[in-house]
Amino acid sequence: MPSTKVKVPTPLRAFAGGRAEVEVEGRTVGEAVQALVRAHPGLGRHLLTPEGNLRSFVSVFVNERDIRALARDATELKPGDVVSIVPAIAGGAPSSPGASLPMARADRPKAGAFTGEELRRYSRHLLLPEVGVAGQKRLAAAKVLVVGTGGLGAPTALYLAAAGVGEIGLVDFDRVELSNLQRQVLFATADVGRPKLDAARARLQGLNPGVRVVAHEERLEAANALETLRPYDVVVDGTDNFPTRYLVNDASVLLGKPNVYGSIYRFEGQVSVFDAKRGPCYRCLYPEPPPPDLVPSCAEAGVLGVLPGVVGVLQATETVKLLLGIGEPLIGRLVLYDALGMTFRELTLEKNPTCVLCSAHATQKGLIDYPAFCGVPAASSAPARGVPEITPEELRGELASSDPPLLVDVREPEERAISLLEGSLPIPKGELPERVDELTRARSIVVYCRSGGRSADAVRTLLDLGFTHVRNLKGGINAWAERIDPSLPTY
Amino acid sequence: MTGVSIPEAVLGSIRAAAQAAYPDECCGLLLSPERGDPTDPREVVAVAAAENRAEEGKRRRFVIPAPELKAAEERAARDGRVVSGFYHSHPDHPARPSEFDRDHAWPWYTYLVVSVRDGRAIDPVGAFELDPERREFFEVPLSVRRPPEVPGRPS
Repeated sequence: MPSTKVKVPTPLRAFAGGRAEVEVEGRTVGEAVQALVRAHPGLGRHLLTPEGNLRSFVSVFVNERDIRALARDATELKPGDVVSIVPAIAGGAPSSPGASLPMARADRPKAGAFTGEELRRYSRHLLLPEVGVAGQKRLAAAKVLVVGTGGLGAPTALYLAAAGVGEIGLVDFDRVELSNLQRQVLFATADVGRPKLDAARARLQGLNPGVRVVAHEERLEAANALETLRPYDVVVDGTDNFPTRYLVNDASVLLGKPNVYGSIYRFEGQVSVFDAKRGPCYRCLYPEPPPPDLVPSCAEAGVLGVLPGVVGVLQATETVKLLLGIGEPLIGRLVLYDALGMTFRELTLEKNPTCVLCSAHATQKGLIDYPAFCGVPAASSAPARGVPEITPEELRGELASSDPPLLVDVREPEERAISLLEGSLPIPKGELPERVDELTRARSIVVYCRSGGRSADAVRTLLDLGFTHVRNLKGGINAWAERIDPSLPTY
Repeated sequence: MTGVSIPEAVLGSIRAAAQAAYPDECCGLLLSPERGDPTDPREVVAVAAAENRAEEGKRRRFVIPAPELKAAEERAARDGRVVSGFYHSHPDHPARPSEFDRDHAWPWYTYLVVSVRDGRAIDPVGAFELDPERREFFEVPLSVRRPPEVPGRPS
């Protein structure tokens, strides 16, 4: 029987003992291929159909001639002939439009056999019968969107990356500030000034290079929310403001995606999973936002640095459970965490039968204008609050004049311990109505806070009370510190 | 092999080819240095466009016939390179392999899939490899190599 050299294409050499050429015996091409597969069975599934014929995208050449131009399988071989197996390459989009858009979880390509390194990396997961190889593959095939990379998003993203979630989308548009580092454990001191998403991507991929990090460097708005959320399996709400929180909820409900909710205030946190298919949504719990400025942000009220760590890790836990399909998800339950008392309480949440968004009587079928819904003036419209302002530069000039204005500091005592303007009268905003007698109408007044928000409200209060010469320090004491007196810290 | 790395400019040329071919699919070859040991991640240094020879439905299919691949491999070898994989576009479909892709894929190669929506290539480009059992494609990390910054250059 003639002996023939068969050239094995690069992609199949691993199945032929790494060799580029294999010597086999056969009178015809068909026999040589069968002999090749007998010697190296791993080649079989790549070359042959289940019936044992050559697959249509395998071409075989004898001495540079395609056997389809010769006698195909029956092409006879002479001693010294060289048989080359050459793959043709084909592919394409799904033939029926939308067939894979979006893929159902069961159809999603999953991670193949794990490498040795991956097996070691995930070994403590693989040992859990509830996770195992199948569960780890589900995580690798999963896509999670984390909205906000602040106090909540930072620990959530770190644990999701460590757990091997295949794709993590991040939405943020800020740069890292020094005041973030007290709680936003994604970032290092060297990252200050850097775009958050750049720093986050480097940190997460350093932690787990197998994770794909998709950066959405933009403000989440009604115009982009549906497109942004659509590719993901689970959405994690790490937002710090009500307009975005309602937007994340509404978009998740409209797209039918679970929304892992967390929020923090000073020493207390809340966690729940809103999945309108199986339970209530955020609007069932809070149909309306609170009046603007009733609930101050962390920037105004402060927050215990470890608090978002606890809450964010609880969100990561719920996310991983949802992806694995194990345990009791926090659907229809609201966990209240009190760090000072170190207590966890649980409230049962019911679906609101009249919820405008997720009930059978829903009236809202799309996204709305969230800043307006929450009573927040549109961003960057400085005069929106409609109060007279003074810039730090103008104030410096007036303070040096013969008739300097009276400075009123409406911040909390803790904030005055950080920075203050000399000679200012401390009246926290909440005490202003009762303490208005301490102010004289004879002098012009300039009110300030940290960055100009609370003081604008205070100016309006004073104007309503009949004061006439009241102005708001634009940008607050932080702007003063940046532009006039760099010796003052900003916070 | 755990992933693929590609220069930003090369990835850009794939996106451009995908947009130019829209609404048809584009296709081409990924070229890597010929080395004794595979690098980890696989380093793509260049691409070579291929003509889409699908006889029917170039909007949903691409084909690079075997003789053309063979010729391309020989050209690459002269430059000290190997064909390490392929790219193709999915017009108005996500950057994930279809069942047809899986059925026609080969192990060892890296497959890049770029989604084009309404004529614009959209991120991220997907990178996939076939598992040796042919059961499934799995996604592998795609890292983009950017040129080193010139020191001292004002930003």
